[in-house]
Amino acid sequence: MGAALSQQIFAISDRSVRRTLRQPAAIIPAIVFPIMLLFVSAGGLQAAENLPGFPEVSYFDFALAVTFMQGAIFATGGAGTDLATDIESGFLSRLSLTPMSGAALVLGQLGGSIALGIFQATCYFAAGLIGGATIATGIAGVVVIYLLVILMAIGFGSLGIAAALRTGSGEAVQGLFPLLFVLLFLSTINLPLDLIPITWFRWVATANPITYLVDAARSLIITGWDGPALLAGFLVALTIAIVGVLASAVALRGRLQRT
Amino acid sequence: MAAIEVRGLVRQFKKGPRAVDGIDLTVAEGEIYGFLGPNGAGKSTTVLMLTTLLPATAGTATVAGYNIATQGPQVRAAIGAALQEAALDKFLTGREHIKLQGSLHGLKGADLKQRGNELLERVGLMEAADRKVGGYSGGMKRRLDLALALLHRPRVLFLDEPTTGLDPQSRSALWDEVARLSREDGVTVFLTTQYLEEADALANRVGIIDHGQIVVEGTPAALKAEIGRSSVEIEPHDPTQLAVLERILARFGEPIATRGTSASIRLREGVGDVAAIVRALDAEGIAVHQLRLREPTLDDVFLAKTGRSLEGSGGAGDDTETDEAH
Repeated sequence: MGAALSQQIFAISDRSVRRTLRQPAAIIPAIVFPIMLLFVSAGGLQAAENLPGFPEVSYFDFALAVTFMQGAIFATGGAGTDLATDIESGFLSRLSLTPMSGAALVLGQLGGSIALGIFQATCYFAAGLIGGATIATGIAGVVVIYLLVILMAIGFGSLGIAAALRTGSGEAVQGLFPLLFVLLFLSTINLPLDLIPITWFRWVATANPITYLVDAARSLIITGWDGPALLAGFLVALTIAIVGVLASAVALRGRLQRT
Repeated sequence: MAAIEVRGLVRQFKKGPRAVDGIDLTVAEGEIYGFLGPNGAGKSTTVLMLTTLLPATAGTATVAGYNIATQGPQVRAAIGAALQEAALDKFLTGREHIKLQGSLHGLKGADLKQRGNELLERVGLMEAADRKVGGYSGGMKRRLDLALALLHRPRVLFLDEPTTGLDPQSRSALWDEVARLSREDGVTVFLTTQYLEEADALANRVGIIDHGQIVVEGTPAALKAEIGRSSVEIEPHDPTQLAVLERILARFGEPIATRGTSASIRLREGVGDVAAIVRALDAEGIAVHQLRLREPTLDDVFLAKTGRSLEGSGGAGDDTETDEAH
């Protein structure tokens, strides 16, 4: 009865991408804001290059990895807000009357987040090239960064979806956004962990999972193949993805009361 | 086999009242059943339960032969529904809605395209099919909603207040399509409405619900015949004479509840009494501002069964029901 799961996932992803692309107000900030911040921080914090122990690269190259993290945070807002809008408008009830499976709903929405994440990452790479950045690990490293971006889109996107399903409110989903930005600024986005001068900040950054995501992407751009950094980054991304998808599954059961 | 069979259906919300309080009803295949009641009466909650979107607290029901509690997927495959407020994505076109919903139902390729075009043509949206829904009028949204509900050729169609907020022309067009669906395609239609003329025009049978309970059920003609006699409503020119007017009218029939500025009775001897009433009012010096002679309507049926007028009984109550139901 009904469509195969793959057909359902594709249909919901397709819709998610279309509606995102038709909302310039949603997509432009997700691309422009991280790039703008990249150029601003590269200009304002250039002096950090002179700190003893700072990597032997330009601050622009050092900061490029942060854009991918910011993009992932936008994915949280995007996927969750769209779903919350569907709940508020009754569109989810319409979909619930079809043979759509709960898994298709979550995975389809995530498909949209992944597509947006890949598009954003391409824009960030383009901005990096224009700004003169070089990728230490070459094309293979770019591919690995895309993989990390996909995993982060799944993780942060599913957290947004879980919040939407739990609360049914777009405002509540957007409330996650500043929280994640605080976490971002309490990580290693501005300085390597060893060079953070304030002790409590260094502790927080060490405990902050975002540090490991940033460091993994950064290692591919400025260091080369750094096994421990990549392992830590991918483990953190995978953990967030698993937690997010499980949280979505639990919230979905509460939201869809259909028999 | 009945298309819809409901026995003792109850929905009790956690902090609210019994929105649906033990209803029984049977809808035959191919029938249009009008579920009539004021805002907050329990209509939408009943539809949500019968479409499997909301579990019942107690009672049983089958739709298209499937149990709503244990055979949800089979029920959903056999029904189409246009719920209150056409919930559409303003960023998608009409055709994209068809594609999305059709894909979720397992339609694909040429079959989906052909079925989509057929329905878009039927509801008069072919020209607007590639425009974003955000630019559609209320009537166009309702028609697209209906097309989406019919996409997978359902045997039972649930329409929850399908014409609320529509202009008379759009309402009439939708009525024609619903009647055609039942007449030509044999689709069973469960239609909730708070418009008397809608139930009167479309429904083969009507169930009137109030405070979560069905107060009366039957064909519109039989229900009106049960009330039987005509009524007259008179508004005096001088509102202070209302009490005297009521006393005079009481000589000619039983009083009916009215809306404050007029008095109304169900005529004991029929329309022949009107001349005598006018003479009696004249003799008492009561000037008449307005006199209305009415044949029995479904509102009279509602009034007779509940003591309240259906048309004046709406209010904020429905918000509570809708919020809790979704």
